[in-house]
Amino acid sequence: MSDPNQESEAAAKARRARNLLLAGALIGFVVLIFVITVIKIGHNGGLTP
Amino acid sequence: MNTTEAIAAGASPAADVARASDYIALLKPRVMSLVVFTAITGLLCARTPIDPWLGFAAILCITIGAGGSAALNMAYDSDIDAVMRRTKRRPVPAGRVQPSDARALGLTLSILSVGVMGLATNWLAAGLLAFTIAFYVLVYTLWLKRRTPQNIVIGGLAGALPPLVGWAAASGTAPLNAWLLVAIIFVWTPPHFWALSLYTCEDYAAAGVPMMPLVRGRASTRWQILAYCLVLAPLGLAPVITGLGGVLYAAVASLGGLGLIALVARLAASGPRDDVEPVAADGRTTLYKVGKGARRARDVFAFSLAYLFALFAALLIERLAGLAPLSPGLIPQVFP
Repeated sequence: MSDPNQESEAAAKARRARNLLLAGALIGFVVLIFVITVIKIGHNGGLTP
Repeated sequence: MNTTEAIAAGASPAADVARASDYIALLKPRVMSLVVFTAITGLLCARTPIDPWLGFAAILCITIGAGGSAALNMAYDSDIDAVMRRTKRRPVPAGRVQPSDARALGLTLSILSVGVMGLATNWLAAGLLAFTIAFYVLVYTLWLKRRTPQNIVIGGLAGALPPLVGWAAASGTAPLNAWLLVAIIFVWTPPHFWALSLYTCEDYAAAGVPMMPLVRGRASTRWQILAYCLVLAPLGLAPVITGLGGVLYAAVASLGGLGLIALVARLAASGPRDDVEPVAADGRTTLYKVGKGARRARDVFAFSLAYLFALFAALLIERLAGLAPLSPGLIPQVFP
């Protein structure tokens, strides 16, 4: 007897794609903040005294 | 509705599963593309050197902000989107994305875009971006859209502001030349969308959205389109005398303005039975594939879009090619 709550193949595939999109967006956000920080620090003469 | 409930309700198991593309669709990529294009033009027209990565970050923030406000718009408008042919397949009215999820996505993207814009460029640009998003969501979507036929006239300001945000991101200022770009899009918006509403107003009527053809009639709308375009064509030429546009821009604005007025005059001269046949012969209706009776309105809708694109493309090409403006500005202290 099959589990009525079991996720269908299509639903599982869609969930994986959504997770990948979210992961990509989060990684992109982190990279963006990193790049902005590096550039801003560079414009301010770096961290050297 | 989760998958199990959907199956119990007789729906296909895959019918209401949200795909990644549904979340992209929430951001209205087609609208976003014009916003990005005008913002890039504003950023480059500022003639202020900006680090390419920070310029990219600024444009990305404007893009994400536009997407966030679009998601908020779709969350609120899902009831009227569901009854309009053009919008009923959107993720929220189709049941694939819950309005609360669209709202959460929109709020998150809006807040992040404003915050990152402030960190990456300056807080004037961030403030203008926040104002643009708030105006689109609160003033246009929540207040004006369902209440007045002037909805897109006033609400159009939100779509007009991106070049100013781009300009402010590059220079930290908002001079009159940047506002001139805003004014061009602001005056362009009503005739463009009224032309569309002339052949899609049955949908708007079903949704209870008081578009101009429904409230004042088709003939009045056509004359108002003509009136706006008679202002738009000379306004489109104004950057030439304020030191913003060069020879290419002058040519594009002149020819484009004349072409637009010719098409709009033809539309204004339409008979009372025109624009009443929006569906193409094969029974399908899209923005561009319409029946014979709606072609004049469709032509104005399509040409006005090309006209605006050409104006900003000309400015962009001149800036990238290093072409000088035709005049240094008749009033340099006012239009620096």
